[in-house]
Amino acid sequence: MNGLAHQIVAGIATGGIYAAVALAIVMIYQATHHVNFAQGEMATLSTFIAWSMINAGMPYWVAFFATVVVSFAIGVAIERLLMRPVQNAPELTHVGVFIGLLLIIGNATGWIFGYTTKSFPSPFHSDKPLAGGLISAHELGSTAVTLAVLLLVWAFFRFTRLGLAMRAAAYNPRSARLVGIRVGWMLALGWGLAAAIGAVAGMMVAPIVFLDPTMMLGILLYAFAGALLGGIDNPMGAVIGGFVVGVLENLAGAYVVGTELKLTVALAIIIGVLVVRPSGLFGRVVYSRV
Amino acid sequence: MTTSRRTLILTTGALLAAPRLAAAQETPGVTATEIRIGSTNALSGPASTYSVITKCLTAMFQRLNDQGGVGGRKIAFIAYDDAYQPPRTLEQTRRLVEQDKVAFLFNQLGTPTNSAIHRYVNQRKVPHLFLATGADKWANPKEYPWTIGWQPSYRTEAQIYAKYILEQKPNAKIGLLYQNDDFGKDYLHGLKDVLGARFDAMVKTATNEATDPTIDSQIVSLQAAGCDTLVCGIIPRFAAQAIRKVHDLGWKPMMFMTNVSVSAGAVMQPAGPEKGVGLITSDYRKDQSDPAWANDPGMAEWRAFMAKYIADGDLSDNNYTYGYGAGSTMIQVLRQCGNDFSRENVMKQAANIAPMDIATLLPGVQVQTQPGNYNVIRQMQLQRWDGKSWVRFGKVIEGGNV
Amino acid sequence: MTRVDESLGPSGAAGGSRAWRATLLTLGIFAAVAPAFLLESFQLFQLTMAVIMALAVLGLNIVTGYNGQISLGHGAFFAVGAYVTAILMSHFDWSFWATLPVAALVCAAVGYGVGFPALRLGGLYLALTTFSLAVAVPQILKHKALEDWTGGVQGLFLVKPDPPFGLAVTPDQWMYLSVVAVAALCFWGTWNLVHSRIGRALMAIRDNPTAAQAMGMDISALKTKTFAASAMVTGIAGALSAVAIEFVAPDSFTFGVSITLFVGMVVGGVASILGSLFGGLFVLFVPNIAEAISKAAPGVIYGVILILFLFLLPGGFAGLLRQIAARLTRRRP
Repeated sequence: MNGLAHQIVAGIATGGIYAAVALAIVMIYQATHHVNFAQGEMATLSTFIAWSMINAGMPYWVAFFATVVVSFAIGVAIERLLMRPVQNAPELTHVGVFIGLLLIIGNATGWIFGYTTKSFPSPFHSDKPLAGGLISAHELGSTAVTLAVLLLVWAFFRFTRLGLAMRAAAYNPRSARLVGIRVGWMLALGWGLAAAIGAVAGMMVAPIVFLDPTMMLGILLYAFAGALLGGIDNPMGAVIGGFVVGVLENLAGAYVVGTELKLTVALAIIIGVLVVRPSGLFGRVVYSRV
Repeated sequence: MTTSRRTLILTTGALLAAPRLAAAQETPGVTATEIRIGSTNALSGPASTYSVITKCLTAMFQRLNDQGGVGGRKIAFIAYDDAYQPPRTLEQTRRLVEQDKVAFLFNQLGTPTNSAIHRYVNQRKVPHLFLATGADKWANPKEYPWTIGWQPSYRTEAQIYAKYILEQKPNAKIGLLYQNDDFGKDYLHGLKDVLGARFDAMVKTATNEATDPTIDSQIVSLQAAGCDTLVCGIIPRFAAQAIRKVHDLGWKPMMFMTNVSVSAGAVMQPAGPEKGVGLITSDYRKDQSDPAWANDPGMAEWRAFMAKYIADGDLSDNNYTYGYGAGSTMIQVLRQCGNDFSRENVMKQAANIAPMDIATLLPGVQVQTQPGNYNVIRQMQLQRWDGKSWVRFGKVIEGGNV
Repeated sequence: MTRVDESLGPSGAAGGSRAWRATLLTLGIFAAVAPAFLLESFQLFQLTMAVIMALAVLGLNIVTGYNGQISLGHGAFFAVGAYVTAILMSHFDWSFWATLPVAALVCAAVGYGVGFPALRLGGLYLALTTFSLAVAVPQILKHKALEDWTGGVQGLFLVKPDPPFGLAVTPDQWMYLSVVAVAALCFWGTWNLVHSRIGRALMAIRDNPTAAQAMGMDISALKTKTFAASAMVTGIAGALSAVAIEFVAPDSFTFGVSITLFVGMVVGGVASILGSLFGGLFVLFVPNIAEAISKAAPGVIYGVILILFLFLLPGGFAGLLRQIAARLTRRRP
């Protein structure tokens, strides 16, 4: 039983990582109705930027917020420079640009910072292990941060006019323009917010998995599974989905299929969700009228 | 009369010398002034941390050329990028052999990558020397006489750990965490070699993929299975995680880590140096941060080389001591060739290295080959982390001949 | 926008175009076969690989270019084709030619199975599913249960087939000619498909799915079958590659392969058969050029080229040629 408890708690801890990245994906999706395949690489780049700042002597929280701001700016810049010219292009072009971004950012990060593993500090410390060694202070802290970000995102979309305007711009750009919403800037804002959330996710993840340019590829896959499971247009669903995927992956790996097939578990979750309930557990089923 | 005799002698001498010159031109990759050596490495992409090995070797050949070369010839070292993709390795190797017409191949990186080409080079009889991989299968002179590894294989390393465990804890319950590829599986085979029929009863295994975010789940499983000894065949990133998790769980097994993942800077510091106290590994090289080698002539030679030829190199990166060792071995083989750099002779010399010391290898660990035994380095010494550095203990142990 | 209906040739009118086509065909055959006897073995090997990659890109083009379904995981089918051939040749001693139809069928089946759940829904879901498939494939290939067949991590070795009937060609030349023959067959088949009713139906689904559905087409069924066909073509390319390289291992089939195929398709020319040929050449030769520009970050060059093409030349090389041809034909009096 002890082993089971450990696996579940470890699953919740890794699930927190997936939930944070899933949140960034859902944010972009809600704002632009596209899935950004380069999300993982952008988060990694942001984390490296934070690492450089910390290495240069900046205190942790200063570097943290500076990175969030810089990432926001990078997200906005990418949208304005790269996505804007092709906004009316077919879906294929959009996906192509995401893939191009994935290649450029992923490889540039490796080239600039090198592939050796680096350690990234955590702001959460505890002198003795918590809960009998089941969970570390950082895992607890980062889960709390993820939930806090989730709360902020939910409140933003639900209670602010700007959030409402963003959702409108994504669902129906033409009508949104008619009521005076500047759709272009809404999209840019969406990208900026997603990049910022991704940066937070990266900085929470790095102390656990250690920082190197390839740290996000596997995580991205699990995050997709989590976002799909929870509902790709629902931030809360995505976060819950992330946690569930984390626990399922660990339990399946420990007791069912063995650790060699954990990635396949993610794939199976994705296919399963698409077959059984494509809108996810908490997503809204959308009926489109022609 | 004298003139014609002199002419006769000179002409005969020229005729006798001519076949040798002609032979040099028939030898691929070798001219009167140059020897071309080819290599591939992951110069880009995720495995590119090893690209510094190529940098080191290039510098060593530069130094050799500055000293006048070997056999009156300078070395042209050509290294291509394969980004650790086996199909690319084949393409680049064929380019080296068929287009650039190199004399032989040296220190190509990686196990799957070298697997893709090793039949090709053996069919073409191109010396495939001192591969940069610890996989076990290269020491096979019967089937692949043209291929030879260099570092002690991972399987040998696992055998050494298994022997030590049996000595210290004959009834140990061993947990083995290994990466699900050639590298990790060598540890599985090494343990099986020594434990034999007892393997199933004594060992519980768990695997991981290079793309996994964490290995915490595997560590938890092994602890829950009641293991009191832990052997890890995993890459540096996961090694740091493992050390930390084992400590945080409050678990205190006798723990062994592959010598690929024990760098003080890349693994022990991120994990937390106090968390790894008691961790055991092995090595065949001198650790450049170990104060015992501060005044060692071999390391001084290495440091002088780094200062002069790779001034911007990271002295704590042990790929540089690795490269220095492999490069020194290659240069020794070249010297043994005399003036004959044909492929047959190069291979013959590579298979007949008398036991020799190398500047960056531990005392007692030597480089040697015989035609029936292609394990170039067979000895290692165990060392333990004391919170600050690796401390060697015990004697140099020789691995079984696999 | 930039999609030209493939059923109309650039010169439209019949008559003189038939003689023109026959000449082109003869020239084409000559151009395809000649390198076997003109090039040195290494360059011939490179060209063989380029043709194989062109075939793989063609497969992707069928489903993404002509049918508008975005697949980010065609590397998985490339891997399946390669492994089917490798297993049959290495464990069961089948001859190379016999393995090709089996590889094709298996890939078609896998394509059908993977496409079926995702294609009922929007393009995004297929992209996600295929992305996940591509990331998961190396792990599946290494799994214990399959290890006895796949050789696990160590991979499987193959041997290039010897030229038959004691023909006076080297195995390399024979390999090239075989690859060209198979590729030509697949290209011809695809050309026919695209210019047929089914081809027009595919493109209709891509351009206006609602209208297509209103016309009575069973969109899901057609999309799934197209996906299966495209998986089959890429799978055949994979089978050819296994024999050309004489080695398969899980590390040869990482996610990067799917990205490479995607980039090749975009740069060569989406929805263009000729474009697939360009794509194959691009995929093989550009990494060397990229390496020359930047030793440490050829991937960045790749990404930059992809984005530049998407912005400036969305029709790829083939589109560029079409534009030039159109401009030339316009100038003729």
